Formats: sequence, C-alpha cells, structure tokens
Amino acid sequence: MANNSFVKFENVQKSYDGETLVVKDLNLEIPKGEFLTMLGPSGSGKTTCLMMLAGFETATQGIISLGGNPINNIPPHKRGIGMVFQNYALFPHMTVYENLSFPLEVRKLPKSLREEKIKRALDMVQMTEFGNRRPAQLSGGQQQRIALARSLVFEPELVLMDEPLGALDKQLREHMQYEIKHLHEKLGVTVVYVTHDQTEALTMSDRVAVFNDGVIQQLASPPNLYEKPDNAFVAQFIGENNKIIAQVVDVKGSIVTAKTLKGNLLKSKKVNCDTVGSKTTLSIRPERINVGVKGENTSEAEVLELIYIGDHIRCRMNVEGDENFIVKIPNAKKVSNLKIGLKTKVSWATDDCRALDRLA
Amino acid sequence: MQASQNKNNEQMLTSDGIPLKKKLSKALFRSRLRAFGLVTPLLLLISIGFVFPILVFLTRGIYNDTFEKYMVNLTPVLAEWNGISEPTEEMFEALVLDLVWLKETKNIGKVASRMNREMSGSRSLFTSSARKAKKLEAPYKESLIKVKKKWGDLETWRAMKVTSHSLTPVFLASALDMKYTAEGSFIQKSEDRRIHVKLFIRTLEISLIVVIAGLILGYPVAFLLANLPIRISNLLLILVLLPFWTSLLVRTTAWIAMLQGQGVLNDLFVVFGIATDEDRFTLIYNKAGTLISMTHILLPFMILPIYSVMKTIPPSYVRAAKSMGATNWTAFWRIYFPQTIPGIGAGAILVFILAISFYITPALVGGQDGTMISNFIDYHMRKSLNWSLAAAMGGVLLVIILFLYWIYDRVVGIDNMKLG
Repeated sequence: MANNSFVKFENVQKSYDGETLVVKDLNLEIPKGEFLTMLGPSGSGKTTCLMMLAGFETATQGIISLGGNPINNIPPHKRGIGMVFQNYALFPHMTVYENLSFPLEVRKLPKSLREEKIKRALDMVQMTEFGNRRPAQLSGGQQQRIALARSLVFEPELVLMDEPLGALDKQLREHMQYEIKHLHEKLGVTVVYVTHDQTEALTMSDRVAVFNDGVIQQLASPPNLYEKPDNAFVAQFIGENNKIIAQVVDVKGSIVTAKTLKGNLLKSKKVNCDTVGSKTTLSIRPERINVGVKGENTSEAEVLELIYIGDHIRCRMNVEGDENFIVKIPNAKKVSNLKIGLKTKVSWATDDCRALDRLA
Repeated sequence: MQASQNKNNEQMLTSDGIPLKKKLSKALFRSRLRAFGLVTPLLLLISIGFVFPILVFLTRGIYNDTFEKYMVNLTPVLAEWNGISEPTEEMFEALVLDLVWLKETKNIGKVASRMNREMSGSRSLFTSSARKAKKLEAPYKESLIKVKKKWGDLETWRAMKVTSHSLTPVFLASALDMKYTAEGSFIQKSEDRRIHVKLFIRTLEISLIVVIAGLILGYPVAFLLANLPIRISNLLLILVLLPFWTSLLVRTTAWIAMLQGQGVLNDLFVVFGIATDEDRFTLIYNKAGTLISMTHILLPFMILPIYSVMKTIPPSYVRAAKSMGATNWTAFWRIYFPQTIPGIGAGAILVFILAISFYITPALVGGQDGTMISNFIDYHMRKSLNWSLAAAMGGVLLVIILFLYWIYDRVVGIDNMKLG
C-alpha cells in the first residue's frame, strides 16, 4: 500500500491560534480509487484535513502529497481536485449549464468538447433536461446532483466531499448515498468524504477514518470498524454500544476475565487492556444480546422500559448496575412476554464482548 | 377536502359553507387594519407636512395667476386678441382701468414684477404708467403711448398675452433655457442667457463622477469589511459610520481647511515638491472641491449596501471556483463580483440620487463652476423670489431622477437591489 498511495499525509499538524493543535500528527495514505471517509464529531479536525488537502488551509507542519508530489505550496486552483461543498456552492447567477461549463472554460477547452463533457456529466446524474434552470429553481436533491456533476465534469482524479448530504432529508440522503457510491464504482475516481453521520460512512466507504480530538482513532473497513472497534470512543461513535465497567482478574491469550462491581465474572476478547487488576470497559452491541436464556456470559437483568420501534423492540434494562443497558429484540413472537419490571437473564457470546480502554 | 374537490370549477368553500376567499380576506382584514394603524401617524405626518406642500409648490411651476387675478378687465380682452394685429382701443381702455384699480389697491408691484420676468424693463413701465393712469383720458391708446412709448410696441402686448395665461409652460420652458411665445411655440433663448441646461448637465456629471469615484474607493473597503474577522470589521465599520456623527456642515468646512490654497494638503504638496509655494493647486471653490468633498461625504452610502450584500456571500463560492481551476482573478471577476451587483446597484442609485440634489456642500465649496442645480433653485427661492421658476426647475429635476430610476429598473431591476 505504501508505494501505491495516491494521497499521503505525513506527520501533518494544524493549528489556527498557535496554542492548540486542531490536527495532531496525522499520517494517512489513500490508494488510488479508494472511497475514504473521514468520520468524526464536529471539531474533531476532519474538515480541516479536507481543507488542507484542497488547499484552502495550509498545514502548519508536515507534508501532504498527491500522486507522489508534495502539494503544500501549490495553490488550490492548480491542484486539479474536484470538490463538493456542504451547501453545494452552485453559482446562483449562472444556469446549471454555465455552472458545469465554468471549470471547463477556465481550462480553456474548446466549445464542442465542453458541450460533450457537460452533456455526459448531466446524463451521469440524470439531470439532462435541467441545463437551462438556475440553481434556485432546483430542489435540494437536484442541486446536490448538479454539484456532484460539476465536481466531476473536468474529470479530476480526486474528489473531495464536505458533508454533501447534510442538508437533505433522510430519505433523499439515503438515496443519494447509493447514487454517489455507484458513481464512485463506475468512475473509479478517488473520493475523500467528510461526514459526521456514521451510517453514511458505513454505507459508502471502502475505509473509514474515525477522527476525534485531532487524531485518527481507527482506520478500518466498515465491518471491522463496527465489529472490532479499537477503543471506547469508536465503539460508542459507530453504532450503539453497552458498557460495563469491570476489573480485570485474569488474562489468558486473547481472553480477558473481568469482575463486575456486583462480583459477576465475565469473559471477553482482549483489545487494549492487559494488566491484571486494572479497570476496563466491556463493550457489547445491543443486538448481540439474548434475553431469557443462559449463554457463555450471563447476567441478571430487570426490564425498565420498552420502546416499540417497528422492526425491533428497544428494551432498556438494569444490568450489572447500569440502568442504560440497551437490548434490541427483533420484533418476533416472544416479545409479548416482556413487561416492565420483569426480572430475567441476559447472555452473550464471549466473541461479541470486547474489553476496551484501561481505566484509571 | 372532498367538498372542494367536487366543486373544482366553483368557489372553494369552508366547512360552514362560506366561500374560502371571503373567509380568508375577512381573517386578513383585521391584521391588515392593525398594520395600517401602526403606520398611520407617520403616514399622516408625511402626507400633511411633506408630500402635500411639495405637490402644491410644484404646481407653481406650471400655474401662476398673478396677472389674471389683478388684471381683471384686460385678461378677457387679451384672450380674444390674436397677438398679431394692432392692439385696439378697447384693450387700452381695459389696461388703463386695471392700472387705476391696481394703483388704488396698491397691488401694482406684484403685477409689475410678474411682467418683468416675462419682459425685462417692464416693471418701471407698469409702475410709472399706473401713477399717471388716473389722469388719462380717452382715447386711451394715444394718451397711454404718450406716457410711455413702449405701450405702442407689439412685443409689450404679446408679453402681456403670454403672462395672462395662468396655466402656462413659461416657467418650465425657462427652466430649460427656452422662451414660450404668444403664438404658443418654444424658441431657444440667446446663447449668453442659456444657463439652466448647462447646470443640469453639470449636476448629472458631478453626480455620476461621485458615484464612480465612490465605487472605486468604496468597493475594496466593503470587501475588506466583509472578509475580516468580526471583531476587527466591527471596529472598521464604526470608522466608516463615524462621519455620520458630525454635521454635514462641519465635514464640508473641514474640507475647506484641508483643500484651500494655504491649506493642509497644499502645504504638504509644497513640502514634497509637487507644487511650488507661489503656484499652489486650486482644489477648492471649484468643481474639484465639490467632487472631493461630495465623494467623501457620500462614501458611507456606497460602502454600506455593498458591504451588506458581500456579507451574505458564503466563502464557499470562491473556494468552489478555485477548486475547479479558476485563478484568484477569475474567481473574483466571474463568481464573486456578479453576486455583489445588487449591492453596487443599491449603493450607486442611493449615492446618485443624494448627489443630484446636493446643496450645502456645492454652495460652500463649489465656487463658480462647482455649483449645482439645487444652488440655483435656492437662488430663485431666496434671492430673485421667482418661486414659479424654482418650482419648475425642481419639477424638471424630479422628472430627471424618476426617469433615471425607471431606466435603472429596466436595466438592472429594482428588485435586484439590496440595501441590507
């Protein structure tokens, strides 16, 4: 991977005020054709990274290279990077056609070639008949498509997207996720995508870089990110997660045995805790928990709240003293047995429980 | 819902069967009434204290009944006269009757000065004849011509005929350097008496230069204000607004101190060798003085609308343009600048309309070639007391402004204008 990396961040740091670092020692390599998402809460440094790559912010320290060449000192208009902005940034005083024509005009392409490329780009997003409209006459989703077409019309090798779906409603957003994903597959262009929406990141990406506090917490494919989070932040940020605080009593190979506050012994996979006697967070996904049966790990539970979601029932329980222990139960036959106040058992497989983060 | 669909081609009805439109207007009426109530005091003040007097005054530009009111006998006789044939004895008799009556009621001065505007020198003709009118005897034609030979001139009578019309284009014509003749045609005044058109053109020219200079000076300032961090830009905005805290008079006077022959600027020029001590620049009491001080005074009106429009342009547009390969200049010229046009339009038309009616500044620093039409209107209002001409000139100015406003609307579009 190291020698075919297309975009490369090397020890990149960024500070706006000279006192705090927004991006702390970032190292990231993106191979050609990959769809990489930078995911993180606001203020985590992900947008800053994107802006540094686009050239609108300068890196305080470190090297950013594109196709093997450092681009730190190249102005944005010479980088040849396509970009889709959060609010689309379609030029309001130009028609859709003129918007798409702009990047080709500044490249001084002949008119016939321009027309051909614009037509192809509009076809690509199924907006062929909207060329004469102005951006204000288009719906949010249509504007989004035009912005996409405009960023691709000059055939850049790298496209940056800064929360491009943030302004759309839920259904349209999901639809556009698939559309962007398919476009990426079809064109083979490298995409760096920034979002704070974890579903979006999981749905679209080849790899996801989870940002927090200016540091990449984990860089992995969507399944690995969800199934094997490296730390409590990732586990919490990607999907829902139950946490049980426990003290490590035994480490054997990759299995950690830990004792809860109530004295229950639970087994889990070792991720980043190793010292016997230290405290750790046991993390279990809500959908991996069985109710009312014994398993590899079993705990007493009391039903506190039942919320009907539709395809599943969300059950809040008191497990090991934690009153926010969530269990997702598929909406099947046996659900009707559950009642608030019912005392029952919950169980889960050792493989599904991960011991994360040493606690002080 | 169902009912309204059934009667698609009829009126929509509410659930209790009243037409929807009627119900809606009833519901809106109260809120409209309340809104109107809120603006009524201001509306009354403006219409009674401002709009109405202005309209009344403007009518003076086309209506002056001094002659008709006081020359009660002569006016109907003059109306019958064709303006070409010799004045008849009947006309002379009516004139003498009126003169006698005017002398007795001490109104001769009003008519005399009204006539004097139409034909210079006729003031003394009227006043002196009126003094002797009582003693005149028939035939009046001969005796009157004996008093003043001018009564025999056809021109005198033609001037009286023109003046006898109360509703008259005389003043409008005069405001445009023309003369209205007894036959009802317009002729240009002799070249040395044409001043108004020249003044109107100069006024337009000065206003236009002030707009362009304001644009050149103000646009970069507005850009700076819109793009600096809010803390610094607020401070700078206060500096832009600072001139509003001092009176217009003070600012103009300050420019006199700056620009005069022995002023600060000329002293600096001498120090830096741009001018010699004997041969200093004349920067004030001429057009240059008017232009410099008006540009300065009107600059905030240019900066503020442009600034407020620039404030609303997100930086992502220029960024998007650059990411697509546009250089800084292309991104500015093709993307940023077109979006600031509503602000430029608003600023330009605001400054232009303020400039075209500027009065105090050109009066103080304008000298000979820097005065504007408003100074001349003022002259006729306060010095020559020819209010009708002043009203006519004001009317012409108003028409010019409305015309330019109309052109602006056609070219740029008023709804394209943003003041903030």
